[in-house]
Amino acid sequence: MYIEVRDLVKTFNGHVASDHVSFSIRKGSLVGLLGPSGGGKTTILRMLAGLETPDSGEIYIDGKLVNDVPPQKRGIGFVFQNYALFRHMTVYDNIAFGLTVQKRRKQEIRKRVTELLELTGLSGLERRYPNQLSGGQRQRVAFARALAPEPQLLLLDEPFAAIDAKVRKELRAWLRATIERIGITTLFVTHDQEEAVEVADEIMIVSNGRIEQHGTPYDIYKNPQTPFVAGFIGESQLLDDPGSLTGFEDVQPGSKAIIRPEFTEVGTLGELSAPYAAQAGKVQSVMFRGSSWQVEVRTGQHTIQAYRSLEQKQLKPGDDIWVLIHRLYLFKDGESYVVENAKKAAAAPAKVGQSAAL
Amino acid sequence: MAGATPSALARSGKSAVASAGLQESRLVRLLLITVALLFIFVVLILPLITVFEQAFRKGVDVYIAAITDPDALAAIRLTLVTALIVVPCNTIFGVAAAWAISKFRFRGKQVLVTLIDLPFAISPVISGLIFVLLFGNQGFFGPFFIERDMPIIFAFPGIVLATIFVTFPFVARELIPVMQAQGNQEEEAAVSLGANGWTIFRRVTLPNIKWGLMYGIILCNARAMGEFGAVSVVSGHIRGKTNTIPLHVEILYNEYQFAAAFAVASLLVLLALVTLAVKGYAERKHEQARLDIEPQGGNQ
Repeated sequence: MYIEVRDLVKTFNGHVASDHVSFSIRKGSLVGLLGPSGGGKTTILRMLAGLETPDSGEIYIDGKLVNDVPPQKRGIGFVFQNYALFRHMTVYDNIAFGLTVQKRRKQEIRKRVTELLELTGLSGLERRYPNQLSGGQRQRVAFARALAPEPQLLLLDEPFAAIDAKVRKELRAWLRATIERIGITTLFVTHDQEEAVEVADEIMIVSNGRIEQHGTPYDIYKNPQTPFVAGFIGESQLLDDPGSLTGFEDVQPGSKAIIRPEFTEVGTLGELSAPYAAQAGKVQSVMFRGSSWQVEVRTGQHTIQAYRSLEQKQLKPGDDIWVLIHRLYLFKDGESYVVENAKKAAAAPAKVGQSAAL
Repeated sequence: MAGATPSALARSGKSAVASAGLQESRLVRLLLITVALLFIFVVLILPLITVFEQAFRKGVDVYIAAITDPDALAAIRLTLVTALIVVPCNTIFGVAAAWAISKFRFRGKQVLVTLIDLPFAISPVISGLIFVLLFGNQGFFGPFFIERDMPIIFAFPGIVLATIFVTFPFVARELIPVMQAQGNQEEEAAVSLGANGWTIFRRVTLPNIKWGLMYGIILCNARAMGEFGAVSVVSGHIRGKTNTIPLHVEILYNEYQFAAAFAVASLLVLLALVTLAVKGYAERKHEQARLDIEPQGGNQ
């Protein structure tokens, strides 16, 4: 493992920002620390960089304990949330700073900076000052500056937070491609799940100073291990008493369930993929969501959200309708399960056989 | 902050062709401008002219004689040497204090901020008395130094101490808001890029605060040379030995040598004018440096 963090604790005036955090990261991976604001993501990042001293715990980089290594000697590139560019220096001098500090030769510095200007698409802007750049350009300068001394690890704190939505999308793709090209181990912090899913190979969900789950984005979506993760990733809704839902009668009493709109189908019996596992309901409201309808259905004691294709007949509030729930995430006593609709599963072999024959 | 304010004013001056909605009627504008100009003339310009008018009243020869008088030259020398010691001391202290206050979290920070303001809050006469009480004949430390033939009060060290005390807040007060507004992100970035403390100060912090620092130093210097109250208490007014320029002016005035008093006073006025000019020049340079690079950024 390239980075190993063990039992990291950090408290600020009684507020626990990092609560026995442990994780490890492979060399070359691109990892996103995802979680709500104030959850301790930035603190973890700053401790890795040496800008914050942990109260206890160990940080290993490339097998070496770095707790007592000053930030200057850790070989880490850090991109700050609002970039922290040196305002009185030109783009060129900003990028060259880390190299001039190392007293490298002038030509060597020129070569490296030119290389980075090209990599970041900033050629021609080297004589500008930070206040003459757009948000996206500043971010790329910060990125180039952090990369200049050839760090072994790159840390980015909310790299896209200060950029407007349209440019952000472009930059994300660019950042991902660039990091892949250089092959540098990268850790970034974000509170935006879409961003984390799009950019990262692996995600760590951080909340209240703890790592809730660490895995690939798909794995976290498929198998959330805590109610927090299930609730934080994707759209979701908490249901009490899931045993009253058709197909989930065998669920242990006292469980809590989380359901996602994409687990649910609504429509007439004819429209549903497994009508025998559905239950009756009434449409409460219908909302246009751009690429689909979001339908709120009352069924038994539950109100459930579902998506419905624009191709299908439009529903109106008050319509009698059928609801098919494919699966639920169940949580009981700290354990989590994914439970499929039992009625659908019982009748499934016939369907499986059918599709196999096709 | 004050370091940034004048240049901000100068900048907005260019765009001050106010929108039509903000235009006052001709009469109101004329009235406001007249009042402002009149006030400036009576309070600022007139006294300035008077000083020079009085100084040269008895002719250039008297003027030159007044300022080349051995006692006057001694006063000038003493004032310059005092400023030469005091300004660097308070600059170093001011930068250190502003650095500590704006970049670190520590206990008693608020107390330190309040203490820095102390010399502004007390009357300079009291400031002088404090040193008399400490180092005077009957003072706590006085006998110690007097026995060793190094008197502090009624001597050069006392003048330096009193001046340091009185001009203590200028640099720190100028820098604290500037540095607090800037935060320490740039310093952190420099650390993560491998720079050590001194390099960070020299290449990141100092360039960011240089105009505020400059302004603080100029104010500190002006006050150090012009201080009267505190220095008057500790100096003892020994002609040719412990008289600074302001004290010398007072003595001459009390002896009814008006022309000479104003001649020496005009030196302090000249100092003030030079201070203003230096400040203006520095600001213009700063502005120019900014404008030189602006056009490239304009079309973006």
